[in-house]
Amino acid sequence: MGKVMLEVNDLKTKYVTRFKEDVYAVDGVSLKIEEGKSLGVAGESGCGKSTLALSLIGYYFAPLHYMSGEIIIDGQNISGMKPDEVRKKVLGTEVAYIPQAAMNALNPTQKIIRFIEDVIQVHDKSLSKKDIYDMAVERFRILGLPPEVLQKHAVELSGGMKQRTVIAISTILSPKVLIADEPSSALDVTSQKMVIKMMRELMEKGFIKSMIFITHELPLLYNVTDDIMVMYAGQIVEHGTAKEMVFDPVHPYSKGLMGSIIVPEEGTRDVQLEAIPGTPPNLKHPPDGCRFAPRCKYAKPECKVYDVPEKEFEGHRMYRCIYDVDYLKEAYGRNG
Amino acid sequence: MLRQIKEAFRNPKFLVGFILFVLLLLMAIFYPMISMYEPLTYYATSFEKPGTYVNILDIANSEGVKLNVDTAAGRLDSVLTDDQKETMKDWLVRFGGVEESAIDLEDSESFLKLWQDNYDSKNPQKGLRTADKKAVARLDKQLTTALNSDSIDIAGKNEEGELEVVKSIPGDHFINAGSVGNSYTFPLGTDNFGADVLTKLTSSIRVSLRIGLVAGLIGTAIGLTIGLLAGFLGGWVDNFLTFVTNIFTVIPSFVILVLISNAVSASARGATMVSVIIGLTSWPWTARSVRSQVLSLRGRDHVNLSKLSGHSMPRIILQDILPYVASYVVMAMILQISSGILAEAQLSMLGLGPNTSTTTTLGIMMNWAQQYSAMQSNSWWAFVPVVISITLITFSLNLMNTGLDQVFNPQLRD
Amino acid sequence: MAEMARELGKSVLKGENITKVFGYGKTRTEAVKKVNFDFHEGEVISIVGESGSGKTTIARMILGLITITEGTLLFNGQPRDISSGKKRKEYWKNIQAVFQDPFSSFNMFNKIDDLLLDCINMTGGKHKSDKEKFDMMTEACSFVNLKYAELTNKYPFELSGGQMQRLMIARIFLLKPKILIADEPTSMVDACSRATILDMLMKLRDEIGMTIIFITHDIGLAYYVSDSVYIMEHGAFVEAGPAEDVIIHPKADYTKRLISDVPKIYGEWDLSTVG
Repeated sequence: MGKVMLEVNDLKTKYVTRFKEDVYAVDGVSLKIEEGKSLGVAGESGCGKSTLALSLIGYYFAPLHYMSGEIIIDGQNISGMKPDEVRKKVLGTEVAYIPQAAMNALNPTQKIIRFIEDVIQVHDKSLSKKDIYDMAVERFRILGLPPEVLQKHAVELSGGMKQRTVIAISTILSPKVLIADEPSSALDVTSQKMVIKMMRELMEKGFIKSMIFITHELPLLYNVTDDIMVMYAGQIVEHGTAKEMVFDPVHPYSKGLMGSIIVPEEGTRDVQLEAIPGTPPNLKHPPDGCRFAPRCKYAKPECKVYDVPEKEFEGHRMYRCIYDVDYLKEAYGRNG
Repeated sequence: MLRQIKEAFRNPKFLVGFILFVLLLLMAIFYPMISMYEPLTYYATSFEKPGTYVNILDIANSEGVKLNVDTAAGRLDSVLTDDQKETMKDWLVRFGGVEESAIDLEDSESFLKLWQDNYDSKNPQKGLRTADKKAVARLDKQLTTALNSDSIDIAGKNEEGELEVVKSIPGDHFINAGSVGNSYTFPLGTDNFGADVLTKLTSSIRVSLRIGLVAGLIGTAIGLTIGLLAGFLGGWVDNFLTFVTNIFTVIPSFVILVLISNAVSASARGATMVSVIIGLTSWPWTARSVRSQVLSLRGRDHVNLSKLSGHSMPRIILQDILPYVASYVVMAMILQISSGILAEAQLSMLGLGPNTSTTTTLGIMMNWAQQYSAMQSNSWWAFVPVVISITLITFSLNLMNTGLDQVFNPQLRD
Repeated sequence: MAEMARELGKSVLKGENITKVFGYGKTRTEAVKKVNFDFHEGEVISIVGESGSGKTTIARMILGLITITEGTLLFNGQPRDISSGKKRKEYWKNIQAVFQDPFSSFNMFNKIDDLLLDCINMTGGKHKSDKEKFDMMTEACSFVNLKYAELTNKYPFELSGGQMQRLMIARIFLLKPKILIADEPTSMVDACSRATILDMLMKLRDEIGMTIIFITHDIGLAYYVSDSVYIMEHGAFVEAGPAEDVIIHPKADYTKRLISDVPKIYGEWDLSTVG
């Protein structure tokens, strides 16, 4: 068992709306990532995936508020730090965060190298511009990005190149954890593949120690991460290895999600797509009991009453359902 | 739409602007109704200070009432300025041998008594220049006359043509100003012609607002139509209309305004005419921004779907495009109203505004005040209220505009 | 889902040398270059291409939203004529569309009822009684798993993206066109809603036997739903044919590359072939 890079214990965060209502977007999430491992987070939109990413980097700005729980990055507890402290001590060196629209965040009036200088100088003022430039060229070369990019402006780069550049900038200080929220969703398939390849290289070359990858595209997640975690209504409903999750999901929600996968591979045309009826609940007033119960076709009355604890099985897997694993699998078998 | 209107009234900026504007509007509408004066009638012959004017003969013929009040103080104030009082105090301390602490300028009666007791023109007054000595002596004489509290006898000719005392008015008698037959109150004084400034001001605000409104409506209507057509139809219609718009943008509209106003004879230039002229030159900016908004709306899928539903072009423009630009157009119109009022003021300052013998506008009032050197003669009441009015109108309109902007674009709020 | 052996009906849309040129002089660009296609009754077609390949331009030409610079488009064997407003209206009774972005597909100032009523009126239901109209709208909503009672008197912005897109399908349900052009109907929604929407479109196809043309960059989707697939690159078709042939056994290099770039779950996704 490797060294634990990121440990999250019972994290709860909320949004406060304009009308002073609380929205519990992350409600008791616990997870552990070891060195050299990557974790994927899947779920429909509105299930708290992106909020989880924002919460994990400890960058709390209104309307997002920290409530309780711990975030420990390589032994250092960052929960409760002030945003400014987080920016100076954590972002860049401990955690790097890449949002979906990251490539549009590059100021078009500045050369790429300037962003790298900015990132480095927040943490280390001793390096000269020459050193930084050499360092950036070296890193870009290893990652397969042409070093000329450093002297260009963001508008001169294509979308895929911009996104890869942003990832290279964010990880220039070799952070311990990389949190990527839909980093390739806005790109075409070829650029997407290049981004994924680069993120894999970052892991292999040890520039990042571990990674959290958030997306609703399950085939992508399957190919990128070691483990997959499915989120529903602010909670984790199932956690297992990528292979287990895609081919052998246990929780009815995961089962539904995996049933919506379509890939251009032989034989997949005849599979009946499974669609989960309804929409995720409004997290202002989450339903009582199991949150998925109102949409679950296996739900029985007590599902809507009792809170369901997280249950472990097969040693490393976890799910959150009132039923036993065997019962669920049998039910899926009956349904085909 | 209803929701946005509700939200607008919850926005503090819009609300303050709106209340201010409504107050001005109410004043402009109702004051001329209750005012006893006509805006274009001359009551005086030139700038007169704000105040109540009573006829002297009427006063003489009215029965006075004795009031137990200090008349000296009132007269003293009407005769002496604060500086002169200071000079007197100074004299008393230096030459009259009075302790400085014994003098109280507020207590006119004791101050006068001190002066009368201690002032002596024969005092050597060492250290004072002759001119100053004479000034103090003059002051003393002035005081003596003013403070004369003896009765005033009014003489009239009798049947034989000889003068005899007709009436004696005691110095401590008062008359109720309201019971004097000829009494005129000018709260803001009179202007160079002698017209009541307040009446004229409210009437001007009304006319100026009307000019702004008509100019704003015309400008917005033209701009909106051209913008909608150019943006929606595209192609050569767009090219042509953009060309026309660009021409109007490039030529300074104020120059066109001056030329048109000059071409129309002064007697034909009514307020409506001027507002139409302003409206006809102020549309290009509205047209340009409406066009660019429509251009991006035209490609939206809901417009495509509307086409696919077989809707006619006018219906698409009215139902699928117009509501989306409506909020912007309302804001643009508010700004055009305010700039219309300013444009009228500028034109009138140049003497190219509406015919001055039939209408009065804020700009015309400023123009006359300037021509008759109100500033140099310290007749502040002839122009300060006008300037404040223009400022308040444009301020309230701009405030409403900013408030609406925040309602329509919530991301601007913080 | 779509059986290969399904009999193809008669040709409903046939394009011959369709070309679209934007701009002139130095800014002249050929968005679509002499493409040929033949769509049949009841067929599900996918036009697949990356952004900028000209697939949306083809869709808009077929819809008659933009003019065709060159070439002939045969509708039911006759050259399409949309020269007058009346003819356009008639054409649009036969061909409808679902667009990519549900948020921009609605007029946010009109209530949902207006949208649905408009569809009823368009298909000649103007004279129907309120009760009949109500029943039709209820039926259309329940077809897409929405409850009309919950939607009535609501504005589109009160719905979620997935609900809006389903409402767009309800619109198609009421209009019952012969041809539906689905322009990236699922690219703005998550995988779960995608399955729901595809499911509904297919159900609708089976019910009213319409031809559906998917415009998409999602090869998985194209493979899953379509009978024939057209692969488009730089304004031209590089490969066309039955879905099984084109996607499982691609011949053109571009198709091969495109397919190899899509993440797989059963086979190996080879990352080394990129860049």
